[in-house]
Amino acid sequence: MASAVSSLSRSAGPAARPLATRDAPWLRYLLTAVALGFLALFLVLPLVAVFAEAFRRGVGAYFAALNDPDGLHALKLTLLTAGLAVPANLVFGVAAAWCIAKFTFPGKSLLITLIDLPFAVSPVISGLIYVLLFGAQGWYGHYLDAEHPWLPGLQAWLIEQDFKIIFAVPGIVLATTFVTFPFIARELIPLMQTQGNDEEYAAITLGANGWQTFWKVTLPNIKWGLFYGVILCNARAMGEFGAVSVVSGHIRGETNTLPLHVEILYNEYQFVGAFAAASILALLALVTLVLKSLVEWAHARRHAASAAAN
Amino acid sequence: MSRSHRSVIPGFGLSLGLTLTYLSLIVLLPLSAAFIKTLGMSWDDFWTAVASPRVVASYRISFLASLAAASVNCVFGLIVAWVLVRYPFPGRRIVDALVGLPFALPTAVAGIALTALYAPNGWIGALAAPYGVKIAFTEIGIFIALTFIGLPFVVRTLQPIIEELEPEFEEASASLGANRWQTLRRVIFPQLVPALLTGFAMAFARALGEYGSVVFISGNMPMRTEITPLLIITKLEQYDYAGATAIAVVMLGASFLMLLVINLLQKWSRRHHTV
Amino acid sequence: MSVLARNLTKTFGAYTALADVSLEIPTGKLVALLGPSGSGKTTLLRIIAGLEFADPGSGRIDFHGADVTDVPAGKRGVGFVFQHYALFKHMTVAENIAFGLTVRPRRERPDRAAIDARVKELLKLIQLEDLGARYPAQLSGGQRQRIALARALAVQPKVLLLDEPFGALDARVRKELRRWLRHFQREIGVTTLFVTHDQEEALELADEVIVMNNAKIEQVGTPQEVYDRPASPFVIEFLGNVNRFATKANPLPGAGSDVLYVRPHDVDILRDYHGEHGVRVRVQHVFSAGNTGRVALVRADNGDSIDAELSRVRLAELNLLAGDEAWVVFRHIRLFPAGGFTERDVATEDATPAIADPGQGI
Repeated sequence: MASAVSSLSRSAGPAARPLATRDAPWLRYLLTAVALGFLALFLVLPLVAVFAEAFRRGVGAYFAALNDPDGLHALKLTLLTAGLAVPANLVFGVAAAWCIAKFTFPGKSLLITLIDLPFAVSPVISGLIYVLLFGAQGWYGHYLDAEHPWLPGLQAWLIEQDFKIIFAVPGIVLATTFVTFPFIARELIPLMQTQGNDEEYAAITLGANGWQTFWKVTLPNIKWGLFYGVILCNARAMGEFGAVSVVSGHIRGETNTLPLHVEILYNEYQFVGAFAAASILALLALVTLVLKSLVEWAHARRHAASAAAN
Repeated sequence: MSRSHRSVIPGFGLSLGLTLTYLSLIVLLPLSAAFIKTLGMSWDDFWTAVASPRVVASYRISFLASLAAASVNCVFGLIVAWVLVRYPFPGRRIVDALVGLPFALPTAVAGIALTALYAPNGWIGALAAPYGVKIAFTEIGIFIALTFIGLPFVVRTLQPIIEELEPEFEEASASLGANRWQTLRRVIFPQLVPALLTGFAMAFARALGEYGSVVFISGNMPMRTEITPLLIITKLEQYDYAGATAIAVVMLGASFLMLLVINLLQKWSRRHHTV
Repeated sequence: MSVLARNLTKTFGAYTALADVSLEIPTGKLVALLGPSGSGKTTLLRIIAGLEFADPGSGRIDFHGADVTDVPAGKRGVGFVFQHYALFKHMTVAENIAFGLTVRPRRERPDRAAIDARVKELLKLIQLEDLGARYPAQLSGGQRQRIALARALAVQPKVLLLDEPFGALDARVRKELRRWLRHFQREIGVTTLFVTHDQEEALELADEVIVMNNAKIEQVGTPQEVYDRPASPFVIEFLGNVNRFATKANPLPGAGSDVLYVRPHDVDILRDYHGEHGVRVRVQHVFSAGNTGRVALVRADNGDSIDAELSRVRLAELNLLAGDEAWVVFRHIRLFPAGGFTERDVATEDATPAIADPGQGI
């Protein structure tokens, strides 16, 4: 499913087209109008609505709504969650792309499919499976309740610390990690596959060791793809709602991320507050789109430059 | 490692080991928990959980709304992709970037924004209200949210295919006397079908599981506008873990089926494209 | 011997890329590994480089008398030039050349100034002094090729290995660079092995040619040896154009029908001929453009085609036209008995009776 998400391989855009591939002006204008109208209705209007609703009571009310301790805590938790989930998936993504792109081994295509799996799973189910594992009724709960547990010292320590996973921060991080699991790997695997191994071989014949080859040759070649994957992964990690909603327990000032905070305020009819918080997330989305486009354009330009040099 | 499997590039064991461990811990083990949980249920309990009228009604609405949204996205997604690739116009790059918005915007934000627009007192809802048409808190609301979510799948799948269409095909068609419409319909469209179907399947699969953007606008009336993912949450809130898991397993089955379909479509699309 | 490889076997699943191959490369020589695609030549090169490994338990490779079979690629002291150069795109030309020195462990690494000096020296050697700050994308194919060579030489390799060094270049640049490489290799004297499928390239450039086919070495020799005394039908067919005839009449001991080869330039055309060894032919087409004249002929008795190559002066003298009748005699013939492929040079200044007799149906 991820191939629609990743689009670094796309080229720059329409050049001067041969005559036979041109459509009649009326058709061009009609289709352009339909396309833009559809996008305006479905994409632009909702975005505008977020800010319009946020500023409905004026700028003062907007900033007053933002200056809310629960909201700030939610923002911090969101940043913390993304700060843990994204690096974890980054390390995984690089490792997965390395073994898939650089080596042949049986079961490789199965592995690629399994990496894609979280994209196919409903966010709600992504949360549910962690509740089943770590909830009070789940395996973790049974472990804490067990009379003769495996590693009794660990059990005692966990009980003493009152270490909770579900309805607590660890569960939120885990569910977010699951949901954003494939992003970086899916971006890097095709990229590293098309680049081939010649530059790595060259580095190795010149005496570089494995880490030198990775840091000096492979990483510079994949850095844009990596950055692209991180941007997408981060956007999803900060915005995830369904999965986090299931595992968080909605404890204000404790286990609310920013999207959950939006929901709570909205359900309490605090619309300005809800949309003010939503506007922060919408800004984040816009920044994501801008960065993503910049990466794509830079990539397309570099591509065009090296193509012209040939 | 035997010499025949020796590779000059290092790090195979480390990277594969890390990958498999992390995949197992984060994805495979938790997912298997859902299946193991349902194994503990009797067949009758399972059947009651997944086939009660309320649950079946939720399948129906999830399925139909997803189908409708994915279909509409096919039509408009095709037009948008075509316009973005073929027609240069001022601001094209910005519009192109904007198509990615549903991927970047948190679903909860999309949900409340769409609700604000389509509620009876919203900008668009107010236009429809005098004619007795309700959008938010009905099936139409669900359909709108799912259309929003699914649009980029169709556009982003089609764009590279349209970009790579060789002008020779169109020139050949024109030189053989076909008019533009015949060329579009009989030469270009068939080349886009595999990608269009792939995009449709992706948008459909995503819509089936969608939650955040739908809950606010759907009204969540049991039997009418309650989608399946919401029903899972409702069961969880009632501590009916077994019931929630049973429905989840049915949904996972549907998701894996869609994943299979998408993989096959992509394989077909790739073959179609390379010929 | 700079490189000594013994009994190398390499299989990929059911496919055999190398079957018990051994070779020697004399110090300081420029050696070509020539063969069609799929003959195993690139695999052999990569095994010598340490980029691939022979099948477990098979083979041994020595460099200058030291066993390097289990030495990793980076420690073997080889310079490898890749077919598509594999220049590091994100590094400048100078950084590319310096790479092999900068990745050395700190103790063995030359200081910055020494590295810079070495890079400068190499840039001068490849006549690209001014391009150190450029990126590979800003260079032409021929320039990239030379940069790749300089990068491989920067680490002062014991052996230089080149994989299809001119494969990605257009015809004109290829010729120029070929001459340059010949000269360059002589000057620095590094033992060099290069892979090519182009027989002209191998014959023109190399001190010694190793002809490979079907995972095996067919022949090793100087260009003149492999061209003039090919060891097998494969070698004679692969190195240049040749007329091939099956002959039932068996002038040599050995069973079955034999195969007989005549190079087009060993075919002489005569307007009139009264000897015993001529073959009656009809002229089909005369190609008079090019360095030499070529004539397509058809045997009068059985319709076999024969290609002849002769100087333009001779062609003008003959004044042949399509449809003309003429005679040909073979100056030099090579015959391989079917089955055994034991070489038996039957070439004489004049053609041998068994072959030249038109009645025998060669």
